[in-house]
Amino acid sequence: MAYSEKVIDHYENPRNVGAFDKNDPSIATGMVGAPACGDVMKLQLKINAEGIIEDAKFKTYGCGSAIASSSLVTEWVKGKSIAEAEQLKNTQIAEELALPPVKIHCSILAEDAIKAAIADYKKKHVA
Amino acid sequence: MNHFELFDMPAAFSLDAAELQQRYRKLQQTLHPDRFATGSEREKLRAVQRTAQLNDAYQTLRSPLTRAEYLLELRGIDLAHEQTTLQDPDFLMAQMEWRERIEEITDLEALDSAYKDLQEQMNALQGELEQHLEAAANEEAAIAIRKLKFMHKLHHELEQTEEQIRY
Repeated sequence: MAYSEKVIDHYENPRNVGAFDKNDPSIATGMVGAPACGDVMKLQLKINAEGIIEDAKFKTYGCGSAIASSSLVTEWVKGKSIAEAEQLKNTQIAEELALPPVKIHCSILAEDAIKAAIADYKKKHVA
Repeated sequence: MNHFELFDMPAAFSLDAAELQQRYRKLQQTLHPDRFATGSEREKLRAVQRTAQLNDAYQTLRSPLTRAEYLLELRGIDLAHEQTTLQDPDFLMAQMEWRERIEEITDLEALDSAYKDLQEQMNALQGELEQHLEAAANEEAAIAIRKLKFMHKLHHELEQTEEQIRY
């Protein structure tokens, strides 16, 4: 299957690969996996006191589309508020990367990773 | 006719693999193209279609994972086409650690021990799955199947690593 140029670019030069200390209170961690393909994605957000996402990192084990989807969202969410990041839809990711129908689940995974990270942040800061 | 009925075997997760294979071979013979050499085009076509159906049924029931998935499908839960993401942090963290471990494998000794550990975890999961299926705890069974799919993926990754080490 042919990957789009944007997928190849993110796959060959993934942005923001790495990890933050998950015990740091300003760090939110989202872990998600896709049973259909066995891909796993860890996405971490560094969120300041104003609720703005200052930085993001990811680690993904999966196909090119899954890596590109996570790389792209780490770029997108930087500088956004939690509320803005929550609005992110997988269709935007799929469109930007020109993902074929069989790879849509990779963009769903990235959207769910953001949501899981934000849920983790809220849990950390309400409790 | 569902896959279990095709082989005249009970629709259950535990299944005699040798018996299944024997029945498969017998059915295969009854559909062999030679038997229809003098038959009409219509009969030949039907035999080909039934052979395809038979092969599909056999492949599905042969592997425990697809057999479990098929059992749930019969119970009205379609896992094959779902796009649900799994959000179990502990399980996923263990998956990440597995991936890191596999990345670091460079010799056969490490590979063998990884295969062994993975097999143990898969057996445990499969045991859970069997219990859930027998108790008709379908939701729990579905979760076990989803997890087992990740384990199968790991097994596939190990096979690829093995190829790199050996060749």
